[in-house]
Amino acid sequence: MTKSAAPPLAIETRQATKIYGSGNTEVVAMLDASMQVRQGEVIALLGPSGSGKSTFLTAVGLINPPTSGQILIGGRLVLDGPTAHGNLRTFRRRHIGFIFQKSNLIPFLTALENVQIALQLNGETPRAARRRSLELMDYLGVSDRADNLPSALSGGQQQRVAIARALANRPSVLLADEPTAALDSERGRQVMELFAQVAHEQSAGVIVVTHDHRSLDIFDAIYEMEDGKMQRQLQNSQAATDTR
Amino acid sequence: MNLAIKDIRHNVGRFALTTVGVGMLLMVVMGMGGIYRGIIEDATLLIDRVGADLWIVQRDTRGPFAEISRVPPNLVHRALAVPGVQSAREFVYHTVQRERDGKPLRIAILGLSWPTDKGEWIPLTAGRPLAQSHFEMIADKTLGLALGEKITLGKETYTVVGTTSSMISSSGDGLGFFSVADALAIQFDVPGEAVRLERAARETRGQRRELSAKLPSLLENVVKPAAELPQIARPQVSAVMVTVAPGASSQQVTNIISAWGDVSVFSRTGQRELLLKGTVEKVKRQIGLFRVLLTLIAAVIMALILYTMTLDKIHSIALLKLIGAPNTTILGLILQQALILGTMGYGVAYVLGRQVFPNFPRRVILTDGDLLQLAAIVLAISIGSSLLGIWKALKVSPNEALS
Ligand SMILES: Nc1ncnc2c1ncn2[C@@H]1O[C@H](COP(=O)(O)OP(=O)(O)OP(=O)(O)O)[C@@H](O)[C@H]1O
Ligand SMILES: [Mg+2]
Repeated sequence: MTKSAAPPLAIETRQATKIYGSGNTEVVAMLDASMQVRQGEVIALLGPSGSGKSTFLTAVGLINPPTSGQILIGGRLVLDGPTAHGNLRTFRRRHIGFIFQKSNLIPFLTALENVQIALQLNGETPRAARRRSLELMDYLGVSDRADNLPSALSGGQQQRVAIARALANRPSVLLADEPTAALDSERGRQVMELFAQVAHEQSAGVIVVTHDHRSLDIFDAIYEMEDGKMQRQLQNSQAATDTR
Repeated sequence: MNLAIKDIRHNVGRFALTTVGVGMLLMVVMGMGGIYRGIIEDATLLIDRVGADLWIVQRDTRGPFAEISRVPPNLVHRALAVPGVQSAREFVYHTVQRERDGKPLRIAILGLSWPTDKGEWIPLTAGRPLAQSHFEMIADKTLGLALGEKITLGKETYTVVGTTSSMISSSGDGLGFFSVADALAIQFDVPGEAVRLERAARETRGQRRELSAKLPSLLENVVKPAAELPQIARPQVSAVMVTVAPGASSQQVTNIISAWGDVSVFSRTGQRELLLKGTVEKVKRQIGLFRVLLTLIAAVIMALILYTMTLDKIHSIALLKLIGAPNTTILGLILQQALILGTMGYGVAYVLGRQVFPNFPRRVILTDGDLLQLAAIVLAISIGSSLLGIWKALKVSPNEALS
């Protein structure tokens, strides 16, 4: 495996640090966190509660810029500390799929519309958006609840709709914060496999925060956070590039 | 996918109530404008309907509508002698307040100069113009007198032979049309006892004069009715209305009459101005002030409603930003809701107003111009009042979707 043959980087963070508050209420949520994710790689991020996993993920997702350090997406410097290079919102819409720790749907839109809107915001026609949304929801087993409002769905169903929304625009970066917490183990496994499939088919970089140790075999690399610090911990049997 | 409508549908009951509230507020604004139009219309209606070219009134008064004017009835003949005058009529106008069925009844009494004027020009809703010189009247429907009904005023009883609608004096009282003689009889009605006292007083005054001692027969006259005594002036009329002959110059006629020392003369537009500038001006400013205040209040209330509506969905807005919705989407969401609220509120105001305004004590006239103007104002406050919500929405960070 020569270095030049390795797929390009999908995600790169360099010494990303996030400090909340100031003075004696100061919290260092993330300290010099660096990570490289190549296209097609699926990364697991472990760590105890409060260790900074969500902070890291929202920084990579261009939602919550770091206090210092750099975030590069597709090799392009997007965030240099809190300074944005380009329109973050457009960047998020085109390139990033995000699945939140808590399911996060728009309450006045039906399940289908919640998925559809992400596509329509990106310029899809309503028809095409609807077709793709139904496909994804069908795969995730929630198409029968397509016309229900989120309030009428179970936690797991809501989470699957949110997953469909994150995948809708075929993002090159997929970030998932405990996506399977509300799912049974079989569904959880299926979702993890879907992420791997997305990574391979769309050459996307995928980071998944998880506590579910049973699915760890799916991941190409495992990182662990501890008190805001990032460590590449266990390496799966082979590097992602070797498995293909 | 229209987010504004989806959100409204999600909270349809609350939105409907809000719309009705805003609508009722706008209805009051609309009604204020209508009342203002109604006051102007009512004030000038008589002048326009009567259709005289010139009004001859007591010197230096602004009568007969804005204040009392008294001119002798023979002024009609003087006016007729002026070259270029086609016709001249007496005009008698005063308001009486009587009791009827225990309720106060205000009638603006207008005398028609029988027989030249039988009231053919009056737009009747039922019945006919006056057909005899006495004891008939035409009543406006606001007086509550039906066709054929009889009413006693002074010593005589009058029968309603015709009815009108919306014939109202500048102070809002319904008009009653009588012959001039009847109108004067109602105005100068004196009880029998008062007549007897007056005759006794005349006799006493007469006895004190040397003349009556020389000519005792003079004293016999004191018991005669006032109308038969040349020394006592005939009851005076309010004004004389002049119609200028076609082709004659109304300015020339005016010049001749204004040279007479005892009267002033006004053109029809002059009369209108007198009323609008004098009587209506204060009402106009008062209502104008109310309109402005109510419009401001409506704007503030709408701004608060739109702001709370924005706060209610701030999480969704943050989420929309998070998944990359551009500002135009978010701006559109709030602006469209503001416009929907404004438009529907206006619709409620219009529909409700149509039902309610006819029951107002004063006439409410909705002109197309006023309706359009209010629509433009509502549009402007809808946009203006959404600014607070838009400002809040644009300020919110996508981060807030995560909390
Ligand atoms: N907005 C904030 N203001 C202040 N401190 C914050 C904020 N968000 C997170 N923190 C702090 O930063 C630290 C890391 O939080 P973070 O949410 O990243 O942890 P996490 O690893 O995702 O935990 P969990 O597994 O419970 O979700 C915690 O100590 C938390 O209290
Ligand atoms: Mg977390």
